[in-house]
Amino acid sequence: MARVKFLCDADRCIECNACVTACKNEHEVPWGINRRRVVTINDGKPGERSVSMACMHCTDAPCAAVCPVSCFYTTADGVVLHSKDLCIGCGYCFYACPFGAPQYPKVGNFGSRGKMDKCTYCAGGPEDDSSPAEYAKYGANRLAEGKLPICAEMCSTKSLLAGDGAIIAEIYKERVMKRGYGSGAWGWTTAYHEGIAV
Amino acid sequence: MRTYLSHIRSIIFTLAILTAMAAMPVLAQQLGPDGAPNPTASVVPEHKLLQQSPRIEGRIDIPSERARVLMQPAGRQWDHFHEITLHWLGATVIVGMIAALAAAYLIIGRLRISNGRSGRKVLRFSSFERFSHWLTAASFVVLGLTGLNITFGKIVLLPIIGPEAFSSMSEAAKYVHNYVSAAFVIGLALIVALWIKDNLPRNVDIDWVKQGGGFIRSKHAPSGRFNAGEKLVFWFALGAGAAVIISGCLLIFPFYVTDIAGMQIAQVVHAVIAVLFIAVIIAHIYIGTLGMEGAFEAMATGEVDLNWAKEHHDLWLEEQLAKERLAARSGQSSAVPAE
Ligand code: SF4
Ligand code: SF4
Repeated sequence: MARVKFLCDADRCIECNACVTACKNEHEVPWGINRRRVVTINDGKPGERSVSMACMHCTDAPCAAVCPVSCFYTTADGVVLHSKDLCIGCGYCFYACPFGAPQYPKVGNFGSRGKMDKCTYCAGGPEDDSSPAEYAKYGANRLAEGKLPICAEMCSTKSLLAGDGAIIAEIYKERVMKRGYGSGAWGWTTAYHEGIAV
Repeated sequence: MRTYLSHIRSIIFTLAILTAMAAMPVLAQQLGPDGAPNPTASVVPEHKLLQQSPRIEGRIDIPSERARVLMQPAGRQWDHFHEITLHWLGATVIVGMIAALAAAYLIIGRLRISNGRSGRKVLRFSSFERFSHWLTAASFVVLGLTGLNITFGKIVLLPIIGPEAFSSMSEAAKYVHNYVSAAFVIGLALIVALWIKDNLPRNVDIDWVKQGGGFIRSKHAPSGRFNAGEKLVFWFALGAGAAVIISGCLLIFPFYVTDIAGMQIAQVVHAVIAVLFIAVIIAHIYIGTLGMEGAFEAMATGEVDLNWAKEHHDLWLEEQLAKERLAARSGQSSAVPAE
């Protein structure tokens, strides 16, 4: 099986936030929760770049390690998923996550965060694939239908790539060779313990 | 006048040329080898940004300071602390303390009252003092167990009771931990207010240590209301208590006054101090119950045996007896009017 990953080519991202919107719509993500977000570095200055960031589905995922109730599991494709039935809303996964991916429906005072929500790589959760119960808790399960995450699928500049890690790394390398520059695969070293050598 | 203006004009012109010349290399850098603009010339790569600061932050439209952080690799370090360091530290300190106390019990045994019980009782702790102590003690035990569950529960309990039961229990434990903390804050504040005066260091504390702190049978360790050992526990409880309370407040109101790094540090402080605190309190419980005859009743009924007091708190006992005599005398004098 392929090890799926995300890659944001910051030299192509135009900060249109369409990935953010598509994700919210696809999964009917509640108000206040953003599974994906676009952060702009050096805004308004030379060298400004935007990076679309969500859960990177890390290798040795720190969120899974620190979870006091061990509610995470990694699929055969390398997607990091969790069970909202088991989550106690302690917030520890947010402290451990290098990418700010875990989100909580409530403010958090006196331990009232609610069940953690994060990007599922459009792969749902522990419930039966594409069941109403799965949809209500985790959103659509596109992977079960043979489709890739909606954010990357509809990215108009194809800045955001999803799919087999080896293939998207190859696509990125090719781009960098052709155009002669590339600011790197943001977050890869932290998430996957390896960058992309061009 | 005219020449003056033209002078200024030529100076400005020269300056402008000089600046342009100085900027030339920068411009050149932004052009690729073929003369086309190089769009990445001024992009600072990820590893450079991470060298400059532990986090990469940018601008975002979501009205949240947290969302601005693009990347914080320190999360992996915190993960390492939480899963490796804390597990080893906690287990070593707590199991080590229990082992040390078990050894002490086997080697030294229970410290008996040397002269046996006298049968006469002296009041050591008022009911309000005992209430403050037990409020702190009960909340401490609850906080300690629910706190340990967050760190060790998944290793110790989860395999036994299964994920569903363990999750429901841990969720309840989380709420209990958060709300019972208020009782601990009140209890600790009362204890400090009631006992800080008697816990100030005095010269006799040095003697107490020199005489072996009551552990050497042949020697007598003098002491006031609290001996040097008890004073150490008191000051430790005050310091560690303050540290867990402050870090706990930060954790219970996440991101109000701190950012992600602050939250991680607060958790580290909270966890490390808490396991040390638990180890010290285990020793305190041992000495107050199993380790020493006649000690537990001080906190249970409030009264201790006269011989126990003589042995462990002689100076305090003298004061108490003097007070009693004074009270008795003044009671007599008021009962029997002066002739
Ligand atoms: S990005 Fe964050 S939430 Fe996603 S797997 Fe990594 S640590 Fe977990
Ligand atoms: S918030 Fe939920 S998923 Fe995250 S660490 Fe706590 S229990 Fe686990």
